Amino acid sequence: MKTYFSCMITSRRKFLAGSGLLAASGLAVPAWARGQSLTHARNGFGEVSGEVIDLSIRDHHFSTGGRSGHAFAVNGTVPGPLIRLREGQDVTLNVTNHLSEDSSIHWHGLLLPFQFDGVPGISFPGIAPGETFQYRFPIRQNGTYWWHSHSGLQEQAGHYGPLVIDAAEPDPRYDRDYVVLLSEFTPRHPHDIARLLATGEHYFNRQMQTVTDGAMSMEDRLMWGAMRMNPRDIADVTGATYTYLINGHGPADDLEFAFEPGERIRLRIINGSAMSFFNVRIPGVPMTVIAADGQYVDDVEVDEFQIGTAETYDVIVTPPAGAHALVAEAMDRSGMGIASLSSRPGQRATPPALRETPTLTMVDMGMGGMDHGGMDHSAMGHAMPAQDTPAQDMPAMEHSMRDTSLLPASVEVNAGVDMVSAMPMDRMDFPGLGLDNVPHRVLRYTDLKAKRANPHRMPERQLEIHLTGNMERYMWSFDGKQFSAVTDDPIRFGYDERVRVKLVNDTMMAHPIHLHGHFFELVNGAGMMNQPLKHTVVVQPGSTATFDLTANEPGDWAFHCHLLYHMHAGMMQTVTVRPFPVDGE
Amino acid sequence: MMRVVLLAGVAALFAVPAAAQDHSGHTGHTGPAPEEQAPPQTEEEAATPTEAQANPLGTLRRPAPPRVVPQTHQAMDHSQMDHSTMDHSAMDHEAMNHGTDVPSGPPPARAFEGPLHAADAIFDPQRMARARAYSRVTHGNARYATILAERLEARITSGEDAYLWDVSGWYGTPTQRIVFKTEGEGEIGGGIEDAEVQLLWGHAIGPWFDLQAGVRLDVEPDTAAYLALGVAGLAPYMIHLDAAAFVSDNGELTARVEAEHDMRLTQRMVLQPRIEFELSAQDIPERGIGAGLPKVEAGLRLRYEFVPEFAPYVGIEYETATGRTAEIIRAAGEDPGGVNFMIGLRTFF
Repeated sequence: MKTYFSCMITSRRKFLAGSGLLAASGLAVPAWARGQSLTHARNGFGEVSGEVIDLSIRDHHFSTGGRSGHAFAVNGTVPGPLIRLREGQDVTLNVTNHLSEDSSIHWHGLLLPFQFDGVPGISFPGIAPGETFQYRFPIRQNGTYWWHSHSGLQEQAGHYGPLVIDAAEPDPRYDRDYVVLLSEFTPRHPHDIARLLATGEHYFNRQMQTVTDGAMSMEDRLMWGAMRMNPRDIADVTGATYTYLINGHGPADDLEFAFEPGERIRLRIINGSAMSFFNVRIPGVPMTVIAADGQYVDDVEVDEFQIGTAETYDVIVTPPAGAHALVAEAMDRSGMGIASLSSRPGQRATPPALRETPTLTMVDMGMGGMDHGGMDHSAMGHAMPAQDTPAQDMPAMEHSMRDTSLLPASVEVNAGVDMVSAMPMDRMDFPGLGLDNVPHRVLRYTDLKAKRANPHRMPERQLEIHLTGNMERYMWSFDGKQFSAVTDDPIRFGYDERVRVKLVNDTMMAHPIHLHGHFFELVNGAGMMNQPLKHTVVVQPGSTATFDLTANEPGDWAFHCHLLYHMHAGMMQTVTVRPFPVDGE
Repeated sequence: MMRVVLLAGVAALFAVPAAAQDHSGHTGHTGPAPEEQAPPQTEEEAATPTEAQANPLGTLRRPAPPRVVPQTHQAMDHSQMDHSTMDHSAMDHEAMNHGTDVPSGPPPARAFEGPLHAADAIFDPQRMARARAYSRVTHGNARYATILAERLEARITSGEDAYLWDVSGWYGTPTQRIVFKTEGEGEIGGGIEDAEVQLLWGHAIGPWFDLQAGVRLDVEPDTAAYLALGVAGLAPYMIHLDAAAFVSDNGELTARVEAEHDMRLTQRMVLQPRIEFELSAQDIPERGIGAGLPKVEAGLRLRYEFVPEFAPYVGIEYETATGRTAEIIRAAGEDPGGVNFMIGLRTFF
């Protein structure tokens, strides 16, 4: 067991040394000895483990490729260190804030007492400048997770890192173990990005539909225009300002993962970005998905998968000898993160070209059920019945795009709601925007089946929550109410209550919705006992997604869209599970 | 130490399900717990006081899960459905049936127990209140400011060359804003011929439009003050619309409607048709304005966005006056209509 563990560490070191960026040597050689400014954050991360772990948050500079700017680095690196724990251990994490503003760390996907969950204003007061906060909790799970700041927009600026919990029992299915942490770097100040998004100028979108490009008919163009919607609203913040990173390295850094031919490699893919969905593939190398959000699933072999912000997938690959490109293409195809899987040190793979930007369809407007009653799933991605929507029907269409009478009373109708999905349908079998017509196997939520059976228990109650927004004003909310308006009005669950929660997306963006402190089960057709456990679910545009939650972790928990600027704009709520084991004084 | 004792007391409460369910008893329980209740008598989580100090909740027992027994017919239905889940094609159908079987409704009573905020029981409630206040600002209540110079241009007219500015800005939240607008023109090498400033309160009246109310001050040609009331926002077909009515300090009623649309020819090149009408309810002789449509402008501007915030343009515009205003202009020996060419810059911050 011990040997096995150290073997994986050796593999990791090997990859770092092979990266050609002295990242590994950075662990041993002090920065001053390499002639670097101490305030310059290293790209990539070291590893910390054990019962007591100290983390410190500081201001740094960061650069990759031609871009550089300010960063918040934890223990001097961006991303921060890999926290490697073991199932069943107790851990004490001393987090010291050396910034001039409050900070925090949230342990994403971990089951823990709520006061150590790390969300200022919900689970604890935050960590004041100069203060050290001690997190202490037992490790009750294993798998691939991550951690990040939950204060303001710090996560965008480098305050995040991977977290891996080794299973109590060894897993013989792989020989080598790599963390693949996807994120993005921007030289802009995160508050500047938030402000530009609020101006309604589509500032970062440089892939708008033009008058001449694309296959969209005139009728459809007019229809989109009539609705005041942009069919290329795939990503709010794009490669126009982002350099997409793998383990803190941009494409120019030539990051390399070493392997021996014939080895089975476990890749722990974490989407630790602020705003990006990625299409992950290794052309020519099939991937066997073994875990989603840290929880084991039955093996599924795919050629590509889309990973929403804050999700994790563990895959096992057995690449043939040579160099293979590990590609993390942004969903809007405005850029990609690149690394090479190489069996010969220094051999780089040629990355594939960026593919064409996807364009939204009728289904993404919540018109999914309009044409075929939603039963024809195969036609879903391109169900664009232009012939069914002649120009003279447009006023009716426009009206139905915001028919607020379709909303339940729990939704507040206001300026923050610019669309109502008229016929939203469940799209658990949708592979993700732009991946519905690629000629190879793509992972879908319907492919995920929990490896270990869940207790069979029917929900006692159902709850519908609408995801609402206004693209032009850049307002995002649940049920039309921004978090600023409902901090004292949480979503309530009784302790051990089992609730079926249906998320209805009344917007044209995909939202990765994350519940803290729990795993919920995706209602994906896998059968009640094999519904996959997840902490984050992507709700496709104009669609629904449903999960079953057994609310068995008492306390107050954050529940939010994991697109950072959506959360910042209000798409967040407190979930409370009661009674608490403590009472007020 | 006080906290540890108190928490342990609460743990003991939970150990007795009846007491845990009794909400009224709960709220009254503020004093230190009796000593004999302090050692948790639970089989799996007996903890020492030191552990309790490190992790207060670690000493506590979870409340006994109140099981809800499903009704018999429900249970039967569902067991049948689970068999059908092997068939993927039936997925949506199955999920929907489940949805209709499970009752909606308010959360159970126990979900309302306890303090308003869980963390207030563990951390200093005043610090928690400050953290919540900050959380409100950073989750939906942020204020931003922006300035947009839609038109900063030099105009080649039939007479003298002229310049024009059209700048607006706002400060506030997505739905409540202080809006600033200024427009004006003058002769290159000469003085300012026309200049106005507006200060407005903008309030969202729907997803796409703001009601804007405030004051307008004309600096040139003569000083005049107006009350302004209008709407501004995004009309269908992505038309930016700004329509306002003005009542001057002399009681004269005028109005202005501006509309523009950005046609993206390439990712960087944008053709912008723009029209502007001015309306007057009465003759205002001292300003050369007659009742009707004193000014109609229709223009096309072609800009190139080197970056979105720096977009120089060239343009052509037809400007004319109608009705009484045109007569006034003709009477002065001038042509009420004319074509202008312009070069300019669209920029924002």
